[in-house]
Amino acid sequence: MRALGTLLVSLAFAAAGGLVLAGATDGFQAFTTETARRIDVRAHPRPLPAIVLESDRGADLALASYRGRWLLIDFIYTRCETYCSALGGEFARLQDLLAAPIAEGRIALLSISFDPEHDDPEALHAYRKRFGDRGAGWTAARPTDAATLETVRTSFGLKIVPDGLGGYVHNVALVLVDPEGRLVEIVASGDPQATAALLRARISS
Amino acid sequence: MSAPQAGTDGCSHEGMRNGAEPHSLMEHRALRRASLPLIACALLALPPLRPLLDATMTLQMLVQIPLLTTLGWRLAGAVPRGAGDAMGRWNADGISGLVLASMAALPWMLPRALDAAVDDSWVAAAKFVSVPLLIGLPLGISWPRMGFVVRGVFFMEFVATCFRLGWIYLASPGRLCSNYLLGDQQQLGRLLLLIGASVTLLLSARLLFGSFDLAGAAVDRSRHPDGEQPARSR
Repeated sequence: MRALGTLLVSLAFAAAGGLVLAGATDGFQAFTTETARRIDVRAHPRPLPAIVLESDRGADLALASYRGRWLLIDFIYTRCETYCSALGGEFARLQDLLAAPIAEGRIALLSISFDPEHDDPEALHAYRKRFGDRGAGWTAARPTDAATLETVRTSFGLKIVPDGLGGYVHNVALVLVDPEGRLVEIVASGDPQATAALLRARISS
Repeated sequence: MSAPQAGTDGCSHEGMRNGAEPHSLMEHRALRRASLPLIACALLALPPLRPLLDATMTLQMLVQIPLLTTLGWRLAGAVPRGAGDAMGRWNADGISGLVLASMAALPWMLPRALDAAVDDSWVAAAKFVSVPLLIGLPLGISWPRMGFVVRGVFFMEFVATCFRLGWIYLASPGRLCSNYLLGDQQQLGRLLLLIGASVTLLLSARLLFGSFDLAGAAVDRSRHPDGEQPARSR
């Protein structure tokens, strides 16, 4: 009887544990926060926050002004010498690969800085130049006050951790926004060919 | 059959014979035994200890969670003997307790849960409650009931988990937790491998050179069958 009771209780515990684990991993799909974020965005597109940034030309740039175009956003800080350099190079490459739809005004690229203290319009402009900006379709911008920066962090699920050397480590990914201004997909960075193909598929669908 | 039962029944009879006072005394003692670990858990859940131990992945996994488990284990001392024996019917050889603890430990090995426990206070609350009460306490209650084989399974599972997690954390090229740095993750990986290896070496040494506690537990039981028998006979 003890063996049976123990078996039943153990099975109940194991089943409950399995359920909890399934719940905690979106059905055994997402074991990390980043994967969970990507799954969540794909399942539930979110509206872009209604914020106004300062562009690298020093002008006001409302995110809402991108309505009607597909928008690809990355998040950077210009002092970064690792990932953000790769991201900069990637955006320049995307300008080449997507030159036609960019010229037609169907796609735009936006780099948002999360280090507005250091990244004034000059620094942002220099950042674009440094990575070989092709001159069309790519803007860099910064939030100008703490509240806007906080909105950027929360609405895009940005995680920024000081690296202990004066810089930051952050989750690196490209955020895709549809013409209705909804955040619809989070794309892995590092493969501009694949990203360009994805965008072409999106605009032609 | 009656002789073995004397041991546990004696305990509860005593309470009845001497009226309510010893019973409340027992409750008082249980409360006192429980209060220290509970206060310690609360301290761990509050600043400054919580942010301190949440600061790195290594501290959260190798200091905070083990401390909470140990405190929960200590709570087992506050569980009245009678209650432990009554549960024994559903917890032969401590197996149910081990399964419960293992299941409760699983979510806290996910990078996602470690992240969420830092960002989301509900998840943090779940951690500070579930780790002591669903991992430590069941282990504390069940450990004395486990024989050589069940303890062996526990250690095997523990060592395997250390190696699996350590290997994943070391081999992963990117960060698995968005709150923590890659160096931290790799350090944790190395430490987990070290812990797994140390436990393996320690167990092997004891197996080889005798004075093995686990073997002792099994021997004890066969030498004094009365000790574990009452619950089994019911």
